[in-house]
Amino acid sequence: MEEKYLQYTPQDFKSDQEVRWCPGCGDHAILNAVQKGLPEVSKVLKYNLERYVFVSGIGCSSRFPYYVDTFGFHGIHGRASAIATGVKVANPTLSVWQVTGDGDALAIGGNHFIHAVRRNIDINILLFNNQIYGLTKGQYSPTSPLGAITKTSPFGTVEHPFRPGELVIGAQGKFFARSLDVDVKLTTEVMVEAAKHDGTSVVEILQNCVIFNDNAYDFLTDREHREDRIITLRHGEKMVFGKNRDKGLILSGLSLKVVTIGQGGFTMDDILVHDAYNPNPGVHMMLANMEYPEYPVAMGVIRNVKDTTYDDNVRDQVLEVMKDAKIKCMDDLLNSGETWDV
Amino acid sequence: MDKQKSVQELDDVVVRFSGDSGDGMQLTGTLFADASALFGNGVNTFPDYPSEIRAPQGTVGGVSGFQVHLGSQKVNTPGDFCDVLVAMNPAALKANAKWVKKGGMIIADSDQFNEKGYQRAGYKTLDAITELNLQDFKVIYAPITTLTKESLKDSGLDNKSIVRSKNMFSLGMVYYIFDRPLNFTEKYYEIKFKKKPEIVVANKKVLRDGFNYAANIQAIPNTYKVKAATSLPKGKYRSINGNTATAWGLIAAAEKANLPLFCGSYPITPATEILIELAKRKDLGVKTLQAEDEIAGICTSIGAAYAGNFAVTTTSGPGLSLKAEALGLVVMTELPMVIVDVQRGGPSTGLPTKTEQSDLNQALYGRNGEAPMVIIAASTPSNCFDYAFTAGKIAMEHMTPVLLLTDGFIANGSEPWRIPNMKDYPAINPPIVPEGTENFMPYARDEKRLARGWAFPGKKGIAHRVGGLEKDFIKGSVSHDPMNHQRMTDIRAAKVKRVEEFIPEQEVYGDKEGDLLVIGWGGTYGHLLTAVQEMRAAGKSVSLCQFNYINPLPKNTREVFKRYKKLVVCELNMGQFANYLRMNFQEFNYLQFNKVQGLPFTVVELVDKFNNILEGK
Repeated sequence: MEEKYLQYTPQDFKSDQEVRWCPGCGDHAILNAVQKGLPEVSKVLKYNLERYVFVSGIGCSSRFPYYVDTFGFHGIHGRASAIATGVKVANPTLSVWQVTGDGDALAIGGNHFIHAVRRNIDINILLFNNQIYGLTKGQYSPTSPLGAITKTSPFGTVEHPFRPGELVIGAQGKFFARSLDVDVKLTTEVMVEAAKHDGTSVVEILQNCVIFNDNAYDFLTDREHREDRIITLRHGEKMVFGKNRDKGLILSGLSLKVVTIGQGGFTMDDILVHDAYNPNPGVHMMLANMEYPEYPVAMGVIRNVKDTTYDDNVRDQVLEVMKDAKIKCMDDLLNSGETWDV
Repeated sequence: MDKQKSVQELDDVVVRFSGDSGDGMQLTGTLFADASALFGNGVNTFPDYPSEIRAPQGTVGGVSGFQVHLGSQKVNTPGDFCDVLVAMNPAALKANAKWVKKGGMIIADSDQFNEKGYQRAGYKTLDAITELNLQDFKVIYAPITTLTKESLKDSGLDNKSIVRSKNMFSLGMVYYIFDRPLNFTEKYYEIKFKKKPEIVVANKKVLRDGFNYAANIQAIPNTYKVKAATSLPKGKYRSINGNTATAWGLIAAAEKANLPLFCGSYPITPATEILIELAKRKDLGVKTLQAEDEIAGICTSIGAAYAGNFAVTTTSGPGLSLKAEALGLVVMTELPMVIVDVQRGGPSTGLPTKTEQSDLNQALYGRNGEAPMVIIAASTPSNCFDYAFTAGKIAMEHMTPVLLLTDGFIANGSEPWRIPNMKDYPAINPPIVPEGTENFMPYARDEKRLARGWAFPGKKGIAHRVGGLEKDFIKGSVSHDPMNHQRMTDIRAAKVKRVEEFIPEQEVYGDKEGDLLVIGWGGTYGHLLTAVQEMRAAGKSVSLCQFNYINPLPKNTREVFKRYKKLVVCELNMGQFANYLRMNFQEFNYLQFNKVQGLPFTVVELVDKFNNILEGK
């Protein structure tokens, strides 16, 4: 038998549909990263192409399934988590990917999103966060910063934004990672990790909307300062960052603190080692919530904890009950319980 | 037993149990109904309960009732009025006195008819009989609470448990009055309280003491005998309610299609019991997902349908409103799905525990865009099984959502049901696309049904994308082409219309022509049938045309209507089906009989109406 899963190239995952995002949109880079990542996922997990299903809701990001040459379902606004959940429970052998945006997942679809995370259904959620509504042309989203001036907030928003990582961990999420649209290599890396994780994996991808919220992440993508403002976390490695790799994170009291190695008496030994597998969400929550300029913004896999999954539990319970069942077919059921003859 | 008392033989009799919502009246009624069914009577039941789980004790708003109609033939309604009313407190009597036949028997727990009880129920005096005008009724005041306490004083049960058993004392009394054996109910206790033998002993004792008490007192003027039904078709029977029958019909369809059943659903009265029944059936591989909301209920089912399960979702009116957008997505993606709407009183939260047929417009039109779907309505508790099965067959073979309408009345009502054999049901053959199909086109259709292929993810060579955007006629890729949209709109409508070739012609009960055709749909069947039977027995030219297939309508509908001088459409809404028929067959004049009181029709009011129509009033 041919081992197809060993042979895929990004080309195999490109559909014949013309990609219609705006020139310069961050989505192009993410699509590129996913098409590069899928051959890798296939190799690692031995998945053939027909096992992939991409599910989306509504929004710019939700056009994604049309551009990937796998099974795909373009749903309705906010409901992708629910649709993806149904796909996975119906056929747990499928590799299910939900592509969604900050409006789709966190506003209209907030309820489905947190419940998918709570259930720990084995789906992978790629959450494109551009802090704006793009497809409806520039209204603020649940992740727009307080005071953001948009078409529906001409005097600045008066509401506090969600932080997706905080929401995921608060909903008992077991996997949360973050990447940046322009960092194709990192996006590919975390998506492979997400695929390997059993349970709901949420990958937040900071994505630039070139038309309605351009330069929102310039402070992170700017080559000059990038390494001083981003910390890329890897399990088992020291939390070190900076152009000169001389800055790190320590725990000071109940908070994280940035220190410079070799200054103030801090040495490499004082720097925290990233433990993504720790079930305790405390440090993960602090890492996910780090904001510039007080902290570097955390990238990579922040939390990756093993637990039972919803789809496995559904399957196991059915098998367990069926094993000793007296009722094996419809006729058995119809004739069960109290009956009498006329 | 006192041989002096007369035994009155009756063709049918109606008993209504009523009490506080915590008094266990639903169980008492169910046990009586089951015992009567086992005895061989025709049985039909009507639970009538408030939406509060425990309304303030002793108030009229908290009264829960359960009516049982038994007959020496098949009975098609739970009966308009009762021969015997059991009233566990003054509130129950106040709420139900109007449902007792003139001269009927009322058994009341005298212990509850004290100052406090009268006050809570809002009486003006301390004399229910005068205040409610019950002088012509046989009212039997029995100290049921005291006697129950006395009966169980040595049982070792605590006082609360003892008082809770008073419903079984009253059941024992009713068993005496109707000459019922106690053994079935005794067996029920043994199974139900297997791990609590002291409860079994106590219940058996109190039931028997109630029976003996009724036999000993002189107050009970006569007992009744309703012979076992002899006209029922031979076979093995069971009791079934509409919600269980619906759940089982869906499982049966999955079995015939050889696909797993998936149900995404959110609890809502009065549909929840379908989800509960399905959740029990892990032994048959049924997957139930209790979703976070109604929208997730249908959307998880959409995902499951796409992935190749027979997917269903169950709800009631308010839930159907929430599912509206997703229903459009099912229409657009042309996936099979059964949506069950157990109708209740609306609008908004309305009357959650009461019956109505007012979701028809929502079922027909409640979506954005041109979004027709197949609509079927079940008409009796037991035929919910057949119509749920048929809904599944049509959904899967025609690749379309099918909306199955039932209602609170048939969903909660139960009747004896001759157990069917699955070999008598047809095969279900969905158009599943084989692995490796060359040049697979997601929206290519078969000519007979206009159904597209069902291509499961996981199968080689048929990867494709679907979604809510308009589809290219063949390829299924996104298309904004004006003529393509017209073509797709036309073919989606034609596909639904095509179902008329696969459903039976409309049948009529009675003569094929005449003075009056009574038209109904869904759960009003039992009452309309009984009323038409009464009219016909009185020599009137009246027939009944009860619809189960709403969209599309049976092909011969116009031909049926033509042959009657007058048509009257009877429904538990303000005329939704009548207007639908007006739209479809404009040449007829439709009279209407409508009711929205949260209650079924009564046979009496129907017969009155039909007589008035015949007399030209």
